[in-house]
Amino acid sequence: MKRWWIRDLLLFILGIGVLIGLQWALQRIPINGIAYYYRILILIGINIILAVSLNIINGHAGQFSMGHAGFMAIGAYASAFLTYYYAGPYIEKLPEGTNRWILQNVFFLGALLVGGLAAAVAGYLVGLPSLRLRGDYLAIVTLGFGEIIRVLILNVEKLGAARGLSGVPAWGNFFWVFLFAWITVLVSMRLVNSSVGRAFLAVREDEIAAEAMGVDTTHYKVQAFVIGSFFAGIAGALFGHYLAYLNPSMFQFTKSFEVIAMVVLGGMGSISGSILAAVLLTFLPEGLRMIKEYIPTSSDPRMVIYSIMLIVLMLTRPQGLLGRRELWEVLARRKDSVKKETRDEDAGKLDRGDGPAVQG
Amino acid sequence: MSATEQSAPLLEASNVTIRFGGLTAVSDFNLTIRPNELVGLIGPNGAGKTTIFNMLTGVYKPTEGSIVVGGVATGAFKPYQITKLGVARTFQNIRLFKELTVLDNVKIGGHIHYVYSGASAVLHTTDFKKAEVIAEKEAMTLLEIFGLEHRAGDYARNLPYGDQRRLEIARALAARPKLLLLDEPAAGLNTGETIALMAKIHEIRDRFGLAILLIEHNMELVMGICERIFVVSYGKTIAHGTPDQIQDDPVVIEAYLGEPVPEAGS
Repeated sequence: MKRWWIRDLLLFILGIGVLIGLQWALQRIPINGIAYYYRILILIGINIILAVSLNIINGHAGQFSMGHAGFMAIGAYASAFLTYYYAGPYIEKLPEGTNRWILQNVFFLGALLVGGLAAAVAGYLVGLPSLRLRGDYLAIVTLGFGEIIRVLILNVEKLGAARGLSGVPAWGNFFWVFLFAWITVLVSMRLVNSSVGRAFLAVREDEIAAEAMGVDTTHYKVQAFVIGSFFAGIAGALFGHYLAYLNPSMFQFTKSFEVIAMVVLGGMGSISGSILAAVLLTFLPEGLRMIKEYIPTSSDPRMVIYSIMLIVLMLTRPQGLLGRRELWEVLARRKDSVKKETRDEDAGKLDRGDGPAVQG
Repeated sequence: MSATEQSAPLLEASNVTIRFGGLTAVSDFNLTIRPNELVGLIGPNGAGKTTIFNMLTGVYKPTEGSIVVGGVATGAFKPYQITKLGVARTFQNIRLFKELTVLDNVKIGGHIHYVYSGASAVLHTTDFKKAEVIAEKEAMTLLEIFGLEHRAGDYARNLPYGDQRRLEIARALAARPKLLLLDEPAAGLNTGETIALMAKIHEIRDRFGLAILLIEHNMELVMGICERIFVVSYGKTIAHGTPDQIQDDPVVIEAYLGEPVPEAGS
């Protein structure tokens, strides 16, 4: 009980070791076109962070936010501001032979955290007034805030305005992206299995009942919003430092919709569902590229197919791929489903105690 | 009864009035509940019973009058703050967290006792582990009291109706209240279940040393277990007394059955 952190710390160090090893291997695999798959992999990692963090707000706390791209933008620009104007030039000026590599990564970690914190502060300021609203109204207000953030950046000369900020240090790599994807998933999973996460879920299920149980609903809604925004900011920072370029048009509301599509498709409230959908929806448009070779059109048909696939999926599984459950829960249910499902139904029908109990 | 009358009141509502626009839903309502009392609140449909509950628990703010819980005036309090003062409730139309497990429902009921920071939750600190062990133990104990322990892992929406009613009471008890408000706990239960519920209400009152205020239409239940009864009609308190006094009160009979017609007198 005393050394609660030892096991976690060891696992964390082990994880970091594995990620460093993978990073090392990825840069050395001698396959033609590996760079392309590397890029997809990075985008998948960033989208996992975005989807899982939005799932905390939309899926767990049940507050339909449409401003995720805005918080992503804040994280991206806040961190890029630091590295573009300060950390990057500082490292460039270091004499040859000094340990640039370590310093660069320390600075980058700092910049990522600053990006996350800036987004979290913005999330707090936006969340406090707007989380009084519900449903459609909250969606519209957060959509508006997301756009306001983007338009503000569009008008700041120091951040490159409409030209964008090119020459952001390209420090983002597989290691950092998947380290933070892992942290995001871990934080999200541990939260949902704690009193904090249970409070989120209670707010989603029934706000009036949650209040009656002593849950300060405003506090938890804002908390969910701040945590979600923090990781959106981290994702933005990683995005900017991977592409080495930032432009406000990257953070239009369509970006928010992309992330919402992932959360909804995966199943609102399911962490593994969000991950699955993030992987699927990042990979799908790439996988569909080959179709262009078979369908001779002047335009690119893959977005049409992508949309149709989304529509079909939502029509056949409106609750998302996994519903509200996690992947392992769904698999466990599959296993002993037949027996238990029928028993549950019978119990429901008999309304308990009438007639002989049906037991398998 | 004389012993309880001397102790400080748990809850005191004085001259409470609430108006919705031009409609006075409850007017000049007075209520005092002392520790360990079992009090009933009855009245015809639309009399304002649930509105009274909603005012006592902070869902509505009274237009006039004051409500004092454990010596604290709750005028500007939100529902969760009143819960922290030791008042828990159930709802007339069951409001469980349907998509959560039975166990989680009860754990959320005890939320105010298991609060730790989000950082503790993420890092799995000692705080977190201690609180979760207690939460699990208390929730299972409550489920056992209501015979629901074998359904702990099921989703609340999959429970049969009677079990959902019981679960709602278990969830409210998890807040370790000093005063429990039950809004029609027997609604929709059959006779056997109602009798079992009466025994259960007595049992939890004695076991947890609670005061209970309940709204109920089932007169057998109310008359059988309540020590004092308030009768409201059209937002006004029309009678107040022991079950025997209430049963014979002509004003109450009139409120429920209408004015007596002379020839139907026998």
